[in-house]
Amino acid sequence: MSVRPVLVHGDVVEGDRLPTLRHAVSATTVVLGALATRDWRPMHHDKDFAVERNGTRDIFLNTPNQAAWFERYITDWTGPLGRLGRVTFRMRDSVFPGDVMVLDGAVSEVSVDDTGCGWIGLDLTLSVDGDTKSTAGARVAVPVNDDDNPWQRRGERWKP
Amino acid sequence: MSPPEGAPPAVPDDVVAMVDVPRYEEDGEFPVERGYVWSMCAAVENGNPLYWDDAVAAQITGGPIAPPTMLSVWFRPHHWAPGRTEERLPLRIHFDLKERLGLPEAVMTDNTMTFYEPVRPGDVLHTRQILRSVSDLKTTKLGTGRFWVIEVEYTNQRGERVGVESYTGFGYRRRADQDGPGGAPRATAGSGS
Repeated sequence: MSVRPVLVHGDVVEGDRLPTLRHAVSATTVVLGALATRDWRPMHHDKDFAVERNGTRDIFLNTPNQAAWFERYITDWTGPLGRLGRVTFRMRDSVFPGDVMVLDGAVSEVSVDDTGCGWIGLDLTLSVDGDTKSTAGARVAVPVNDDDNPWQRRGERWKP
Repeated sequence: MSPPEGAPPAVPDDVVAMVDVPRYEEDGEFPVERGYVWSMCAAVENGNPLYWDDAVAAQITGGPIAPPTMLSVWFRPHHWAPGRTEERLPLRIHFDLKERLGLPEAVMTDNTMTFYEPVRPGDVLHTRQILRSVSDLKTTKLGTGRFWVIEVEYTNQRGERVGVESYTGFGYRRRADQDGPGGAPRATAGSGS
């Protein structure tokens, strides 16, 4: 069996847009993510605590859960041969049950480093009703041809 | 030399001495495990075959791995453990700074994760925290305080670097007109702390 690249570096140009991902957030979305990321803090599972102690309208998505949503969004696009090198994200506001979160992204940079690794820079947003809740920048390696596999890079050949 | 009269207080010398000094070295409380990988992928509906199809994982990554963004998951303490008398806090330098600098509120404003060797089920990761910088006093819409940058380095049981996280925190005192219900701090975004 041979896994063919879903996305090859040469197919991507700056300005390309990733397909939009929409997801209706429920309390289950928030709690599943909090538990999977081992975040036991009550504002991610106890609405009374979130409202009375945090002053928010409900429980809200925790940071590592948002990171996992961004990762899923990126690798949905690249396929399994896409290898994340770096992610920077900044949260502006909280995401609550009842929100429909919308993830969008665009290619900000396409480059090949001095080891021959093909990199794509991405600007990503997570928004609700048009309001940006989080932004992220990502650097992901994708195959430069059908025989390339960024996951085989190690040591000096991997420069994330 | 003394600071000019009326100048904001400088960063205390003992805090300056913390910069670039690794602290809080520790091993994870449990080996990396696939159950959490599947729980995480299920939580965000991540169908990447690397995590669900062993044949694909064998071909691409030489066997199963964990999603890279789960890096910090492997160091969040159990909610309870026998004999533990004190709460274990992740990112302890952050809490040290809040206490030492007398800044009761804090938020994380930026988080950068850089990924190196893949993390694999069975790995026992090792971590250490390094304070990289502390700013002068700044005033934002939240209040007045200081920004700091903390790096968390992660290595596996073979000493290979698997990732580095860099957190920018802002510790502050709220303005008097911003108290939340009951005087409790308002959470901001995903990580009020």
